[in-house]
Amino acid sequence: MSLSTEQVRHVARLARLALEDEEVEALRSQLSDILAYAEKVGEVAASDVPPTGHAYPLRNVWRSDEPRPSLPAELAISTAPEAEDGRFQVPRIVGAES
Amino acid sequence: MTTLEQATRYEPVIGLEVHVELGTRTKMFCGCATDFGGEPNTRTCPVCLGQPGSLPVVNARAVEYAISLGLALGCEISPWSQFHRKNYFYPDMPKNYQISQYDVPICLGGHLDVETEGGVRRVGITRVHMEEDTGKSLHVGTSGRIHGADYSLVDYNRAGIPLLEVVSEPDIRSAAEARAYLTELQAIVLALGISDAKLEEGSMRCDANISVRPVGHTVFGTRVEVKNMNSVRSLGRAVEYEIARQTAQLRDGQPVVQETRHWDETAGRTSTLRVKETTEDYRYFPDPDLVGLEPDRAWVDQLRDGLPELPAAARQRLADAYGLEAGQVALLYASGLAGLLEDAVAAGAPAGQAANWLANEVTSWRNEHGTAPITGAQLAELIALVTDGTLSTKLARHVLTDVLAGDGDPGEIAERRGFRQISDEGELGRIIDQVIAEQAAAAQRVRDGNPKAIGALVGAVMRTSQGKANPALVNRLLSERLSP
Amino acid sequence: MSLITKTAAELRDLIGRGEVSAAETVRAHLDRIHATDARVHAFLRTTDETALAHAADVDRRIAAGEPVGQLAGVPLALKDILCTKGVETTCASRILECYRPPYDATVVSKLREADAIVVGKTNLDEFAMGSSTENSAFGPTRNPWDLGRVPGGSSGGSAAAVASYGAPLAIGTDTGGSIRQPAALCGLVGMKPTYGLVSRFGLVAFASSLDQVGPIARSVGDAALLFEAIAGHDPIDSTSIPVEAPDVRTSLEQGVEGLRVGLVREFTSGEGLEDGVATRVNEAIGRLGKLGADIVEVSLPHAPYAVNAYYLIAPSECSSNLSRYDGVRYGLRRPGETAEEMMARTRGEGFGPEVKRRVMVGTYALSAGYYDAYYAQAQRVRTLIIRDFDAAYQQCDVLVSPTSPTTAFALGEKVADPLAMYLNDVFTIPSNLAGAPALSLPVGLDDAGLPVGLQIMAPVLGEAVLFRVARAVEAETAFDPVPRGPVAVEVPR
Repeated sequence: MSLSTEQVRHVARLARLALEDEEVEALRSQLSDILAYAEKVGEVAASDVPPTGHAYPLRNVWRSDEPRPSLPAELAISTAPEAEDGRFQVPRIVGAES
Repeated sequence: MTTLEQATRYEPVIGLEVHVELGTRTKMFCGCATDFGGEPNTRTCPVCLGQPGSLPVVNARAVEYAISLGLALGCEISPWSQFHRKNYFYPDMPKNYQISQYDVPICLGGHLDVETEGGVRRVGITRVHMEEDTGKSLHVGTSGRIHGADYSLVDYNRAGIPLLEVVSEPDIRSAAEARAYLTELQAIVLALGISDAKLEEGSMRCDANISVRPVGHTVFGTRVEVKNMNSVRSLGRAVEYEIARQTAQLRDGQPVVQETRHWDETAGRTSTLRVKETTEDYRYFPDPDLVGLEPDRAWVDQLRDGLPELPAAARQRLADAYGLEAGQVALLYASGLAGLLEDAVAAGAPAGQAANWLANEVTSWRNEHGTAPITGAQLAELIALVTDGTLSTKLARHVLTDVLAGDGDPGEIAERRGFRQISDEGELGRIIDQVIAEQAAAAQRVRDGNPKAIGALVGAVMRTSQGKANPALVNRLLSERLSP
Repeated sequence: MSLITKTAAELRDLIGRGEVSAAETVRAHLDRIHATDARVHAFLRTTDETALAHAADVDRRIAAGEPVGQLAGVPLALKDILCTKGVETTCASRILECYRPPYDATVVSKLREADAIVVGKTNLDEFAMGSSTENSAFGPTRNPWDLGRVPGGSSGGSAAAVASYGAPLAIGTDTGGSIRQPAALCGLVGMKPTYGLVSRFGLVAFASSLDQVGPIARSVGDAALLFEAIAGHDPIDSTSIPVEAPDVRTSLEQGVEGLRVGLVREFTSGEGLEDGVATRVNEAIGRLGKLGADIVEVSLPHAPYAVNAYYLIAPSECSSNLSRYDGVRYGLRRPGETAEEMMARTRGEGFGPEVKRRVMVGTYALSAGYYDAYYAQAQRVRTLIIRDFDAAYQQCDVLVSPTSPTTAFALGEKVADPLAMYLNDVFTIPSNLAGAPALSLPVGLDDAGLPVGLQIMAPVLGEAVLFRVARAVEAETAFDPVPRGPVAVEVPR
């Protein structure tokens, strides 16, 4: 699978990765190689085989509806690069959903 | 506009997506409490903050509530379902993906019957699935609205709250049906006790997908998503507005643009929020941190058997049991007074009269004050006082007001305010004689064969007795005294 | 007596008997680390103060006759991908350079309860993506056997810490071979448990359905000790198997008489498999035969597609797992006018090239229209590989192969060719896809004096037979774990 520059930019946008132009070109050829290699899985006839997400078949892993202690607010916010009034601050959000 | 375009009748096609915030004690995937805790970021932990290395564990109560709602809506409970990740970036989403359900949700294919003017319409339910809610962002800036904000502040207390999403088929055909659907769904959720389902507060949220097409066509028109309707009434208004807007567009020869619109309750219109140029690529895949759900069949049966009486069944039962009209019962349910009706009947009140009082005076009070602080026993007592002649209907209304205001029981209020109806023939007779003497001319007219003139005398008796005279008795005694 | 050449079991016993203090043990190892790590760079940071405080507390409790944990006083190195509360956990990435987690990983808590003394956080390939530790944002780690060569990856720091005698025990993580391959390249025992046997809570996720935490040590016995201390069900990890830690020590010395050992046909040759590796591995397998094991040839027909499948599954899962690194709640933040711009710049500058490659491959593989041909197809191939293993285990009790096709390669040799780097994991990846346990054991040196590892694989939950076979080979192999060579780190006797 050979990717175009446009496709690389589209994927970078989906993944929220700001790339330099040189990076885009380098990635374009690397990703094309990697995908060409990986997509060989298509050579295996497997259309009637179910996909496996986990090798060990666990089901119904639940917990009871009992409250557990939350983090103290200072600890919760301690990792914030920017905070104000106990909240995580971010630059303005464009195109926000109401 | 051609005559043909003018003449084309359009029908609306509406589907509703309703999110229900579950009233569990803890969040969907962690043990943080769901109560409203005031200070920001005090109900968080590594899991709902999306800290590196954190992992989700499903809340069993949320699964139980999901199954209960599915059963109440006649859905099939999937023998196996799983959680998927819905990937997109937004600051109020701690992991930048939402754990939701995609192609294998917990409930599939049910229905909701709604009462319309034209009878009962069955609205299909496509699915019910579980997902987690996001945090809340506060937008700080000059205008205070989202656009133009300088920055935002995020609180993750609500991140991870369990939600159920109920998706209807596009079977709804009018604003009235939409309102009825939402009201009924809300009633069911309340009856199940799984959420407090308050549209105004956001514990129940409704988005509408609305399109129009020429009557008789089977292909769907372009769909518009409408958000921000915070009450049943709001939904109705928004749907009506949107139907009119789209119809006018098409009549004008303009195509409807596929987009998301925002309902403005104050302005009474929808406006563009964002245009969907391409569908979002959510890159759904099964969440590898979670395992499949295979609800035990015996447990599902147990939940089915344990379902409370659902509103439709309760309404039917009340209507049948008390000989009431379905519409009146529905109204009582909508006002939350059906329980009072049953209590009043249990305390001895005749159903018809109790229903009337509740539907009229009590509902008016409730609409104005928000609550109806009266017990079934009190209502029954009031009705009994009217029936045995102690209170006139008119004064009974005053007594009811006092009861609702918290002044005590009907009997003692009637005593205290001296409202006891005068039904003693002797006492009434004295008042009547006095009035006849004072209103000699009117009395003469009655004796002369003019029965309508009795009205003035009745009025005078009522005034003299401060409204306490038993009207039926007054009429009889007056008629007797004045008969030729 | 040199404390740093003792095994963990020996140290634990000496300390428990009061013959040696935990404090002096830890000090000896910290001194060793500070003397060698400028050259090796196994550690991103050492935690001298807390280590000595913990050691002092262990000594106090022992003196007072109070109970202590089963690893009391033994120094341990932790891969910097496990959350340690209040102590930087960087995943060797700029995007988490100053991140101090507000909580401990379950494994970290268990190790503290066992009274193992964490002496520091070790270097790794960024977010565990790599096979050489050259993808670390903070400089590579060097192989103690030859400082011009890689220690392997992604747990290269943990392996180098043990191989340079900075600690007898280390914790690594293995998603596609990241414990076993560095163990092989550094002459150590490294083991990947059955998926779900060790809690992932607090393990910064790379590929959720493949990641596992495991032990690295200089002997099978020490690896078993550490494995038992960390294994067991964790209710806050939904993928954790609801069993207690399997007992692997009771049967450890039972030998291999009558056991059937399967030679994986697809792994006995192939491009890239060095002669030196093949020779030492075959010799080791010969020793197994002499010890009484039956050697049979088996086939894993879909194994040749394992790496291809892995490079769709792992990037897909990681592309989603790494979405949370956006400068909002923790870690690096680069400026931006809008939140979106801030996120994109933070991620663009904070992630290294290999991480970006995998995030982009994964984003693409999951995107609309490609999911079925890529991610779903890879998961179907995974099913076939699991079935291959199941069939093979009908005929044998364990499987063997080389761990890595090569011995330690030179720094810089493969870094420019991602695909060449990926092929380091050709023998290790199938076990990750199958969720089955596997171990690497040093079985000799090649002609250049570099360690060669034998991989032993067992069925799901087959840790007991896995360790048992490994112990038998170890007992029969005269492998001296002390590195030698002109530029090797000097170890006092």
